[in-house]
Amino acid sequence: MLNKLFGRMTLADAAMYTVGLALTGAIVAGSVATLSSGKYTLAQWQDLLIFGLAQGSIYALIALGYTLVYGVLRMINFAHSEVFMSGPYTAYFFARYLFNIGFLEAQPVAGLLIVSAISMFTSMAIALTVERIAYRPLRKAPRLVPLITAIGASFFLQYTFRGLYGSGIDRYPELAILKGSFTVLGVRVLTTQALVIVAAALAMGLLYAFVMLSKTGKAMRAVSEDKETAQLMGIDVDRIITTTFALGGALAGAAGVLYAIIFGQVQFYMGFVPGIKAFTSAVLGGIGNVPGAMVGGLFLGVFESVGPSLFLDGLGIPAPNQLKDAIAFTMLVFVLIFRPSGILGERLATKKA
Amino acid sequence: MLERRLSRLLVLGCFGALLAACAPAAKPYECTDAIGCVTIAPGAPVHLAYALVVAGPDAVLGEDSKRGIEIAIDDKGTFRGHKIELTGEDTGCNAEGGQAAAQKLAADKTIVAVIGTSCSSEARVAAPVLRDAGFTMVSPSNTAPDLTKPEKHVAGYMRTAHNDELQGAVAAAFAYTTKGIKKAATIHDGSIYSQSLAEVFEKRFKELGGEIVAGEAVQPTDTDMRPVLTNIAAGKPELIYYPCFTSAAAFITSQAKEVPGLESVQLMGADPMYSVDYLKAAGEAAKGVWNSSPDFSAFAGGYKDFLDKHQKKYGEAPLSAFHAHGYDAANIVFAALEKVVTADADGTLHFGRQALRDAMFATKDFKGITGNLTCSATGDCSDTKIAVYEIVNADPASWNPTGTTNTNPLKISQ
Repeated sequence: MLNKLFGRMTLADAAMYTVGLALTGAIVAGSVATLSSGKYTLAQWQDLLIFGLAQGSIYALIALGYTLVYGVLRMINFAHSEVFMSGPYTAYFFARYLFNIGFLEAQPVAGLLIVSAISMFTSMAIALTVERIAYRPLRKAPRLVPLITAIGASFFLQYTFRGLYGSGIDRYPELAILKGSFTVLGVRVLTTQALVIVAAALAMGLLYAFVMLSKTGKAMRAVSEDKETAQLMGIDVDRIITTTFALGGALAGAAGVLYAIIFGQVQFYMGFVPGIKAFTSAVLGGIGNVPGAMVGGLFLGVFESVGPSLFLDGLGIPAPNQLKDAIAFTMLVFVLIFRPSGILGERLATKKA
Repeated sequence: MLERRLSRLLVLGCFGALLAACAPAAKPYECTDAIGCVTIAPGAPVHLAYALVVAGPDAVLGEDSKRGIEIAIDDKGTFRGHKIELTGEDTGCNAEGGQAAAQKLAADKTIVAVIGTSCSSEARVAAPVLRDAGFTMVSPSNTAPDLTKPEKHVAGYMRTAHNDELQGAVAAAFAYTTKGIKKAATIHDGSIYSQSLAEVFEKRFKELGGEIVAGEAVQPTDTDMRPVLTNIAAGKPELIYYPCFTSAAAFITSQAKEVPGLESVQLMGADPMYSVDYLKAAGEAAKGVWNSSPDFSAFAGGYKDFLDKHQKKYGEAPLSAFHAHGYDAANIVFAALEKVVTADADGTLHFGRQALRDAMFATKDFKGITGNLTCSATGDCSDTKIAVYEIVNADPASWNPTGTTNTNPLKISQ
């Protein structure tokens, strides 16, 4: 049995497994040391977990945009981080206006829905424009070509928005109903974070239902599986691709508003880091796989939040939170060593053969 | 009558012709300077350059200093009949931006001197490039201690901004001695400026008898500070000292009070948080935050005039803390240039780069608006006075750092 396992392993595999095992060892040792030191209370661990879930659900929503596009086109839409930025930054000006005339405080629910709608609409419009101008003419080109235009589109959008709205930082107005916190099952949750987690879960649920149950969703899955055959079956592939970009854009716009709710600040560069993290989440969960993006996002958010305190603190590393990004990417390596196609595997919701 | 006038003209004309004929022949300018000379032809401007962060989230920091330089140029008018021209590069408040800006400026040999950089991490990489190009640079806002430490000082680097050895000490003394705070935590963002200031604060605070319960760090691009704040909360500090730049500082400010255990913690930052953009980014949580900054009330008499000119030229109060330092930096360059420049009869100016550098480092008891500046051999020129301020109103529209009434931020140290 053992012989069979080692017999099939190449040297590179063995090296990767050694790295993986060393990481596991470090993680376990660090966690044991931290937990046995009793530095943090149970309530603090719960807080870290909730912070991570809130951050993770935003990653997940953005990651869905990457994963959907990858699913149908097999390309990484690097302009997606700017699609994410464009929505909340544009909606900010409406939010500020609504706040100044007192509407946002008087009708917070309606106000937030209006702001979200504007954000989602803007992001969707930007996503569709990018698809039409930068990707569609290159559909038949080699796969690296749209990748490069995606990076170009990303820079173009970033600096266009810098030109439009300036390079400073703006802050969303703070609403009275979103302040404070409440307790669910003995766990303290900030109102903003509860809203973010619930809204993100709702959006993801709706998307999943759409992909699995609707006719368009079925067509999307068909295009993802085999574009030519889908076309032969009478599916308008271009329309499906447009729908996919629209869905991804709308989700990014929703993620943007949620980001603005928990973090407040908007600026032209705000998409870059969440974009990279969301892409990481998508790969982590298995790119092209809708539930995978959700799982990957949550997983990454929680690891970033809990990881520094849990693994690194115990190992005696000073200022562990500085290494949050290192943890995120180490996690990616770690998962890919043991599961090269991500936690849930690749492919957009196909029947597993 | 007419004859006399004619003859006088003739004499004058002859004299002029003689001068024109003799001057270049008698004493043509010869460059003997070790690192090269600059010639400014008649009609060409005296070219000053800036390397400041004028775009991005920390733009107010550089924009503020740039306005100081512009007012200094307005005040100077012309230099021996030459216009004074200011051009520059954005440095982005990071090492890469500083490097790129320095490389670009180094290629332009008409530049007389460089005013910059804004952030200490830029200076660390820009200084050697500008030194090799023969320029002298004066920073209006670098404060990291090791830039002027003898073993790390780069020739041709000087600053009118204070050294953080002093800023950190004032902050620690204010917290411990004036306010009786015994337990503090620090957060820095990994930049040279932020890390060294946090270290100075920790050292001084401990020397005074206080306890540092946590020394943490974040990335300048981080947005979720709640995990790091939760770690800090475990040590139950009374004060968090976080000398970070605008974006990270604002995230820490707005998220600190949401973390259990930190509801009543006092927040304290440093000079980058003394800006209108910080108020914009931090929102309501900025109210009550302390920060240390140059003590504007202790500035020299000329500061009042400067503020009037600023108000007239830009229609608003200074954006951040280093406008006066920019003004003084430009004036140090002008004063030194006056000493070393030689002029030809046609108005051509010559000077040696090393001579200018030496003259700038020889600045002694210079009456600037930030005080009486005397430059040390390693380039510390500041006449440092630091005060601690409290942000008393979080609304950016209330930003009025230099007002006589309704001042915001308000000076709270003696």
